[in-house]
Amino acid sequence: MIEFLQQLINGVSLGAIYALIALGYTMVFGVLRFINFAHGDVYMIGAFAGLYAGPKALRLFGGQPGYIAALLVLLFAMTVCAAVGIVIEFLCYRPLRSRPKLSVLITAIGVSLFIENVCQDSHVFGPNPQAFPTIINDTAIEIPSSWGTFADLTVTTSQILVIVVTAGLLLLLTQIVLHTKLGMAMRAVSFNSVASSLMGVNNDLIISFTFGLGSSLAGAAGILTSIQQPSIDPLMGILLGLKAFVAAVLGGIGNLPGAVLGGLLIGVIETMVVGYVSPTYRDAIVFGVLILILIFKPSGLLGRGQREKV
Amino acid sequence: MFNSHIFRLALFLAAGCCAALGEEDIRVGEFASLTGGSASFGQSSHKGTALAIDEINGAGGVLGRKLKLIFEDDQSLPGQPATIVRKLISQDKVAAVLGEVASSKSLEAAPICQENHIPMISPASTNPKVTEVGDYVFRICFIDPFQGTVMAKFALSKGWKKIAVLTDVKQDYSMGLADAFVKGFTANGGQVVKEQKYSTGDKDFKAQLTSLKASKPEAIFVPGYYAEVALIARQARQLGIKVALLGGDGWVGDSLLEVGGKALDGCFYSCHFSAEDKAPAVQNFVARYKAKYGSEPDDMAALGYDSAGILAEAIKRAGATDGPKLRDAIAATKGYAGVTGTISLDAHRNAEKSAVIETITNGAMHFVETVTP
Repeated sequence: MIEFLQQLINGVSLGAIYALIALGYTMVFGVLRFINFAHGDVYMIGAFAGLYAGPKALRLFGGQPGYIAALLVLLFAMTVCAAVGIVIEFLCYRPLRSRPKLSVLITAIGVSLFIENVCQDSHVFGPNPQAFPTIINDTAIEIPSSWGTFADLTVTTSQILVIVVTAGLLLLLTQIVLHTKLGMAMRAVSFNSVASSLMGVNNDLIISFTFGLGSSLAGAAGILTSIQQPSIDPLMGILLGLKAFVAAVLGGIGNLPGAVLGGLLIGVIETMVVGYVSPTYRDAIVFGVLILILIFKPSGLLGRGQREKV
Repeated sequence: MFNSHIFRLALFLAAGCCAALGEEDIRVGEFASLTGGSASFGQSSHKGTALAIDEINGAGGVLGRKLKLIFEDDQSLPGQPATIVRKLISQDKVAAVLGEVASSKSLEAAPICQENHIPMISPASTNPKVTEVGDYVFRICFIDPFQGTVMAKFALSKGWKKIAVLTDVKQDYSMGLADAFVKGFTANGGQVVKEQKYSTGDKDFKAQLTSLKASKPEAIFVPGYYAEVALIARQARQLGIKVALLGGDGWVGDSLLEVGGKALDGCFYSCHFSAEDKAPAVQNFVARYKAKYGSEPDDMAALGYDSAGILAEAIKRAGATDGPKLRDAIAATKGYAGVTGTISLDAHRNAEKSAVIETITNGAMHFVETVTP
């Protein structure tokens, strides 16, 4: 029982990362109806932004790891990623906007491979795993022994942090999307981009904004994972990006709460498979879930079915 | 007129060749990577080999003749070892070949030595396939599974009876060590309480570690490579697993301590050689190596040193340098006192020797003991 609860905690904290990245996939799909496969690489760039900003932020605080330093690193990585996301959209996707969706999709795969391989050059990041600086003392939180058997559970600072930050960013995101003028414009573009531009919405601006917002979430995910697993390399975003994509589809692509639900589910499923079935089948089962969802509920758990108008 | 010129030239060349091939020196070929990806291994092993040859010559050589080391850099490139070894055998007429550290390179050179009946001694290729090429191919390091046996014996000597195993399913190296460990440990009264797996490149091990923790092991055997082991150690400590982690020489890598940090304190792993070993032979070697190169010898340097030593001793016993006789003499090596332990070669031309156990305290690696299987 304790082991199961512990696996659940592990799964949720892993799933929170998937959720953050899945949000980016889902938002871009919402406005542009295509999958930005370079999103996992933006996440990787976020982690490397933290690698460079981390020591500098620590120096500001006398070399002591702490929450303010971590917050600075987090904000820096989110800004860098937002910029990278906007630039990618501007250079690679905007010129193709009127072309068939397939062209943009293939371009996205190209952009992803480009980033991965350029970053492996030893003048950029280099191919080897690098140690991420300790910006937060990641320790286990003592559970009082009065809790009986629950005292055997371990929750670490970083696990709590991941869940808190993810929940906070999700709240902020829903506020932006549902209660601001920008958010309303985003929803309008998503609903019907031709009509929205007729109504005076600057579609280009809104799409850039969406890319920036989604990419900044990926940047946050990059920092949060690196705090937990302080070894980063240029290919870290490939598998994670794919799984986050599965999470977005599972929850219903284009649907924000769906992305979070999908992320958490994938995290928990993955952890349980490793803990109780076999680690070898971990990825097979995750992608098996994708196939099942596409067969039985193509619009995802929270997605609304869309009928093609003839 | 013209013909006589050519004739003279030919005579001159022939004379030159004969002088170079005179009975003075015994030629020994060596190939290693001084440049390229695995240069750090190759440089060490070459320094060790060269030191041994110098010392043997300083003490009068073997069979009243000096040893002459003919060295070629294979630049860490595939394809190079084959070219180099062909050249060493056909042009330089070496009596034996020493090399390489990387198993893949030794595997390229081994068939050529085998064909030409020239003995080859690899200082550090641990892949079992290397010596399976043929009866002219030897190695003086232990093979992968052996470290599992050593760690099983070490764990039992520590009084640990219940151990969990965490294996990297993508690495033959890891699987081999784990198999040998489980066999050796259970045969001698130990109990493997749980086995879990991961794959190279994984970053999150909390699920595996949680399941291992529930089995309440007294230590965990993690025979993987340093990149994953460092993360495993950190996450184990975060989950409140306080027992020691055990592993093999795959742990030795730059980023192990950088990433793992304090989480690795009190863990143990096996390797070939420790410069901290207090045995007089080792300390003498360390002092001479430092005097010549100004740095401390590592595993590869010590293995390179022993490979040349074993060859010289075999030439002495053979009393000759022709292939078959020398091969038999190398194969008969028993109880050679090297700096990496007492080495005997078994029927499969692999070394039977002791391994060194090291521990990590306060972010540094220290010698613990030597274990003989």
